[in-house]
Amino acid sequence: MTAFLTVNNLSAALHGYEQRVLRSVSFSIDTGEVLGLVGESGAGKSMIGKAILGILPSAVDIIEGEILLDGQDLEKMKPADRRRLIGATAALIPQDPLTALNPSRRIEPQITNRLVDILGWTKSAARVRALELLNEVHIDNPERVMASYPHELSGGMRQRVLIASAFAANPKLVVADEPTTALDVTVQKQILRLIRELQARHSTAMVFVTHDLGVVSKVCQRLSVLYGGKIVENSSVADFFDGPKHAYSRALLAATPKYTDPEASLLPVDEAVIEAVAAEVLAADREWRHGG
Amino acid sequence: MKLLRAILVRLMTMSVTLIGAAVVVFFVIRVVPGNPIAMMLPPGATEDDVARLTALYGLDKSIIEQFWIWLTGVVQGDFGTSISLRQPVMPLVLGRLPATLELAIFALVIAVVLGGALALTGVRHRETRTETAVDVANGVGLSIPDFLWALILIVLFGVLMPVFHISGRISPSLDLPFVTQFYVFESVARLRFDLWWDLLKHMFMPALALAIPLAAIISQLLKQSLKETMHLDYVTLSRTKGYGENHVILSEALPNAVLPTLTLIGVQFTFLIGGTVIIERLFSYEGLGNMAIDAVINRDLPLIQGIVIVFALLFTLINLAVDMMYALLNPRLRHA
Ligand SMILES: Nc1ncnc2c1ncn2[C@@H]1O[C@H](COP(=O)(O)OP(=O)(O)OP(=O)(O)O)[C@@H](O)[C@H]1O
Ligand SMILES: [Mg+2]
Repeated sequence: MTAFLTVNNLSAALHGYEQRVLRSVSFSIDTGEVLGLVGESGAGKSMIGKAILGILPSAVDIIEGEILLDGQDLEKMKPADRRRLIGATAALIPQDPLTALNPSRRIEPQITNRLVDILGWTKSAARVRALELLNEVHIDNPERVMASYPHELSGGMRQRVLIASAFAANPKLVVADEPTTALDVTVQKQILRLIRELQARHSTAMVFVTHDLGVVSKVCQRLSVLYGGKIVENSSVADFFDGPKHAYSRALLAATPKYTDPEASLLPVDEAVIEAVAAEVLAADREWRHGG
Repeated sequence: MKLLRAILVRLMTMSVTLIGAAVVVFFVIRVVPGNPIAMMLPPGATEDDVARLTALYGLDKSIIEQFWIWLTGVVQGDFGTSISLRQPVMPLVLGRLPATLELAIFALVIAVVLGGALALTGVRHRETRTETAVDVANGVGLSIPDFLWALILIVLFGVLMPVFHISGRISPSLDLPFVTQFYVFESVARLRFDLWWDLLKHMFMPALALAIPLAAIISQLLKQSLKETMHLDYVTLSRTKGYGENHVILSEALPNAVLPTLTLIGVQFTFLIGGTVIIERLFSYEGLGNMAIDAVINRDLPLIQGIVIVFALLFTLINLAVDMMYALLNPRLRHA
């Protein structure tokens, strides 16, 4: 197995500010492997996904480090080439299926446009592929769905469409940014199973962003715990659930709902642990400033 | 069935609007001082002459009676006789309407092209000096009203750099083969591009004067809604597919961002048509607006009424067209 995505020492900061939102982040993902990114809100999980896919907000600059996608350094590429490489090899499963489809276009072009416009498929070949994909995501009447507008479909249906669209070009890497948080609980399970199924069938490398350690245990092989834009622990899922090394990870795990004991899930993360990890991040910052 | 109902409701509201306009204009212009008969008689006319003419035009009757006579005529398609021009009102009005329509449509086209181009340029280069320049242009366009633009344009392109005509609709020396009053359309249909060009050189400045403020409004609103749309998830998603900025703006953002602008254009277009009254006067353009000013100066009550009714009908039709276009472009309404 070779690493399909390698992120080396990646730091990002708001334009014009010294304060970093990503702090020397490093990890890599092999083909067919799923990496979970966990951490509290604002930890920088989505920011990492956006950096990989070249969709960072204009206010955020990458200030050091490299992102190697299929061995090519994204930061060193011309913007047009970078876009094409990302479009051809990577894909995003977005968080909110209600806002991630263009309301004024039918479903079909929203699945096939990448194939036709970026990869140069014929319209009919792309259509065949789209039908095949809608079957793969267990949509019963793909013809009708393809001719629909987004507002005519339920949230779960739309997320299926978005998953189909993400897998359309046989991507080597998929970034799933909390792909089930906007859905209701019963649908969440189906969608998770579906993502897992497609990821396994296509041996896709995947970055899976979530708050939910329970989900990580089902979907991921490895995980990175983020705090304040810094990875505090990199671990295999098996090792992690046997006993996380970092105190913050332990606290996070303790705060996760357990099906066996729902009451215990109300445990908040301990103040002292938060202070300790915040101090650790600041110390790393100081070291970084002096070192580089 | 639903559609039929919608159409019926629509026709009802349109008729109520028109009747309202008719009532208001009829009574308001009779409250304003000024006697049409006195305006048309030479100095030294006798009391008898005045009384005779007043009776001839029915102005000796009570206002309610006059209104009834006028309304029953209108329902049968008879809008009365112009007092100053002594001809039936409707043929006069309809004879001038095409000139005004052509001017207004030309102005609208200029405004949409100019405003759209400005908005797209501003969004394509957002958060740079180019966007600031667009904002400044919008501000200038908005803060100067159309009739002042007319004067500025007359000085610029009529006096300093005389490339356009500043007066009339077409050069009087030309032989006109036209059978309709839609000169611009007919000149194209007849492939008479010499006449078409002459018409355009006459129409350009009044149309531009009308268009500039509207272009600024369109540019401002469209740029704003484009910028908001550019942050939406489906736009971001299309970027990850490999699309560049131009495609993202034109194919993903624009079709959605254009909807509020479309509604605005409908409302503003009726204002623009209102603006033709003064602009036509300034450029001696022989349209309905110019005729309206003459009618008011001459206290030509039947003619004023006829012109107002035609304007009101035009406005309701524009609103209808905008609503239909909105429904057509917005899939959420199309299937509702
Ligand atoms: N467009 C933006 N401009 C400036 N700062 C931003 C922007 N988006 C996010 N940030 C900042 O970057 C940091 C990381 O945000 P990010 O969205 O990656 O968090 P997250 O871990 O995905 O959180 P959540 O679980 O809430 O999605 C946050 O501190 C946030 O305030
Ligand atoms: Mg996020």
